[in-house]
Amino acid sequence: MSKTKIDVVHISKLANLPLTNEEKNKFEKQLDETISYIKQLEEINTTSTKPTSQVTGLENVTREDIATKSLTQEQALSNTKSKQNNLFKVNVLIDND
Amino acid sequence: MTNLTITKALEKLKNKEISSVELTKTFLERIKKVEPKINAFVTVTEEEALRNAKDADKKRANGSDAPLLGIPLSIKDNFSTKGVRTTASSKVLDKYIPPYDATVVTKLKEAGMVLLGKTNMDAWAHGSSTETSDYGQSKNPWNTDYLPGGSSGGAAASVAAGEVIAAIGSETAGSIRQPASWCGVVGLKPTYGRVSRSGVIAMGSSLDSPGPITKSVEDAALVLQVLAGVDPLDATTSPLPVPDYLKNINREITNLKIGISEDYFEGVDTEVKQKVEDAIKVLEKLGAKIKKIKLFSPKYSIAVYTIIMRSEVSSNLARFDGIRYGSDRSFFAEEAKRRIMLGTYVLSAGYYDQYFNKALKVRSLIINDFKKAFEDVDVVIAPTNPKTALKAGSDEAKDPMFGELADILVEPSSLAGLSGINIPVGFSKKGLPIGMDIIGPQFGEQTILNVAKKYEDETEWNLKEPNL
Amino acid sequence: MNKYTPIIGLETHVELKTNSKMFCGCEAKYFGKEPNTITCPVCLGLPGALPVPNKTAIDWCIKISLSLNCKINLFSKFDRKNYFYPDLSKGYQISQYDLPFGQNGSITLSNGKIIRIRRVHMEEDTGKLIHEGESSLIDFNRSGVPLVEIVTEPDFHNATDVKEYLQKLRQIVRYLEVADADMEKGDMRLEPNISLSSKQQAISNKLPDYKVEIKNINSFKFVEKAVNYEIKRQTEILDKKETPAQETRGWDEAKQKTFSQRSKEDAMDYRYFPEPDIPPIIYTEKDIEKLKIAIPELPDQKLKRFEKIFGLPRYDAEILTRDRKMANYFEETVRVGKNEIKPKQIANEIINKKIDIKKILPIALVKQILNAKQTIQIDQKELDKIIIETLNENKKAVDEYKSGKENVLMFLLGQAMKKIGKKVNINIVKEAIIKNIK
Repeated sequence: MSKTKIDVVHISKLANLPLTNEEKNKFEKQLDETISYIKQLEEINTTSTKPTSQVTGLENVTREDIATKSLTQEQALSNTKSKQNNLFKVNVLIDND
Repeated sequence: MTNLTITKALEKLKNKEISSVELTKTFLERIKKVEPKINAFVTVTEEEALRNAKDADKKRANGSDAPLLGIPLSIKDNFSTKGVRTTASSKVLDKYIPPYDATVVTKLKEAGMVLLGKTNMDAWAHGSSTETSDYGQSKNPWNTDYLPGGSSGGAAASVAAGEVIAAIGSETAGSIRQPASWCGVVGLKPTYGRVSRSGVIAMGSSLDSPGPITKSVEDAALVLQVLAGVDPLDATTSPLPVPDYLKNINREITNLKIGISEDYFEGVDTEVKQKVEDAIKVLEKLGAKIKKIKLFSPKYSIAVYTIIMRSEVSSNLARFDGIRYGSDRSFFAEEAKRRIMLGTYVLSAGYYDQYFNKALKVRSLIINDFKKAFEDVDVVIAPTNPKTALKAGSDEAKDPMFGELADILVEPSSLAGLSGINIPVGFSKKGLPIGMDIIGPQFGEQTILNVAKKYEDETEWNLKEPNL
Repeated sequence: MNKYTPIIGLETHVELKTNSKMFCGCEAKYFGKEPNTITCPVCLGLPGALPVPNKTAIDWCIKISLSLNCKINLFSKFDRKNYFYPDLSKGYQISQYDLPFGQNGSITLSNGKIIRIRRVHMEEDTGKLIHEGESSLIDFNRSGVPLVEIVTEPDFHNATDVKEYLQKLRQIVRYLEVADADMEKGDMRLEPNISLSSKQQAISNKLPDYKVEIKNINSFKFVEKAVNYEIKRQTEILDKKETPAQETRGWDEAKQKTFSQRSKEDAMDYRYFPEPDIPPIIYTEKDIEKLKIAIPELPDQKLKRFEKIFGLPRYDAEILTRDRKMANYFEETVRVGKNEIKPKQIANEIINKKIDIKKILPIALVKQILNAKQTIQIDQKELDKIIIETLNENKKAVDEYKSGKENVLMFLLGQAMKKIGKKVNINIVKEAIIKNIK
């Protein structure tokens, strides 16, 4: 079976997941196994099949443009560990977008 | 008294044989007694329960006849409950107290429920055993050395152990039916979109379906009646009218066509296979016709499910950054990390078509396959799980794809968004429950409840109680 | 400078002025609100909360697309754009990937140049980050506000055209009344991408193999400066036979230069996939027709009509159509004053006298013009001479006026008018008297 080397460090960066070295090694092996497993799908011919991302068949489910009640400031901030002047606070910022 | 069904408890409440406060206290005592052995709950809400019960008694005295008035229930810990800690069994949310109720919770409150507590689960609903819970594994009430299944393991255990009258769980693929099967209770997975997901901590957004876990089929119908319906807060809920689920529940099933696909019996334990075949014979005796059908092999569903679910998981868990609530991402345990990693990988640049889009295409094939099958049959019957409950700590449960592999037989119907119900059909020699899955088409709840009820009436597996 | 041709494309974000946010019922007008007072489980990204799209915002996005001559995708959907940033509450932004509402449109500049619009899509805004020393503070009031992104093809070759395009775009969304597009409030944010192509590349119609993006500029002037700065910076690098780095830069207004923010190595991989929480959006040709009918006459058409129907010069027509209210005011005045005043006179009056259209009703303006018309023009020098004569002949009255008896002015005015003997604008005479008394 062809094996794609998975760049665990790159993926963990994308996923914003801090991993220990032990986890990195473990996941590298396990992800490889899982990928091999899901490659079974290549056996199935889907050339003329359309993808389904939703099973309900619903369409155009929207809301009218009416403003409703929001949470109070106290509620919005009630679960944070870090705030200042009613704003959420984060320490250092890594990068900029 | 802790073996009461909702139907019977309501009778007693209506006849004033018992008050909701008395009923609630009985269950709270039961919880105190058996919880050390079972660990079905992350949070027991004693005060809230007693307050709800008092309110319910007052309302009943004032003439209210709400459908679940005064009935003690448990709710899986991935449903947001305003003012009550909601952890999804993950330390990331150890101290999270939602400022809002899930729509399901709002509906249950309106229906008069008494909330006994929030049940344990696999963390983030990732798993089929509750072993991934950060709050300890729940135990199977029939043998506490064994797993209750999952992810709604605490919910199923709480019902089987008589800690609550009924429980609310959620299923992505198997998370209601599989633990219900291992714990010997009724578990109904409604059609995707029949019950609102609003406020349910998302796992696989295109798959998640909240539903009841109960001691009887009638109870399942009763609870579904409360939960079902369109929700303006969930754009994927169906606007189809909600039928009266109790109305046709006792209809004769003569001429009902049951589809059986051999692939669903492959690799299934002999004991499990035997009991399910026996159950099918009972239905045949009631007049149902058996039709052999050939469904898409369930083995591909594992791959499709793994790709879609883990991709959605990787995105759904992105909001847990520890800024607005909860702890930071280093608090995720191994299973969540593993799923986030795979989901991130298959969605990443260059792999989308190979994996995610391919899975969406095979999903279409599975959906069409069922559609075709339901042109010929009314329901499809299969074992819910190839095995009875596994022993805690078993090697099988350590497989990096255990969650997906264990649910092989329910994944196809979940991917197609169908309705399904697990009902107990007997016990293994070891005394562990065996479950059967009755699968209906989309919005086929009335039919599957009807079939399940007819079977239940003929047997009494659901009346058996574990010795705790 | 001619060695290279600047290749410039533009991404513009416009916030819509709907009542509620894109995917929840929170109020969308966040400017000046107390921090974190207009949030809910949906826009705060609480566990379990689900998005439900705002119908009006989608209609408006399609109206913008139609106004930019786009083809509308009748089958459209939302997608998740996954990335992490503290102001992004869900860890993904709900946006549109392969099926935006509008595609393949254009804007024509006054010099005739056509700027192709690649796509117009609907998305949601993020929260606001406020940097403070070692930490950043976040206000989620803006999180989830409807945002329309308009992306052009790399069709600009200079900053002037970029600026005109932006002015036109802003004018259009204002005409549609779907956005205030107030730059100072951050309603409109601009992201030019710039590269320089060599002669050979230009001949073979090849794009340069690098691109520099400048993020989040909130002023037309700054865009112009940033683009010009980049052209200069990149020219210098290319002159050294080097290739500018593919990167994202910011504009530093204080230092008047761009600065590096993120390099290609960390290029984002957004892992787009269809948003499972929102069913697809499907429009019929009939729906689109209805939206089309509801689109008012747009600035370009109006300008042409003003030139043609009212015989206005381009300069006048351009000024009068800049703002839809102004254009309507002009047309109303023309209607009221028809047969009596020529449109050009009205245009002159509005433009030269900087008429405050909120204070003077069209009918009043017509009267004002007619009054002025009936009087005879008088030479200022001649007028001053007559006034001085009048004042000298009426010293007593002048003294009285100076001591505070202001109504004496009417007497002096009468005396002066008699001397002039012609029907002149009384206000001008009055002003001349006051001036000469002093």
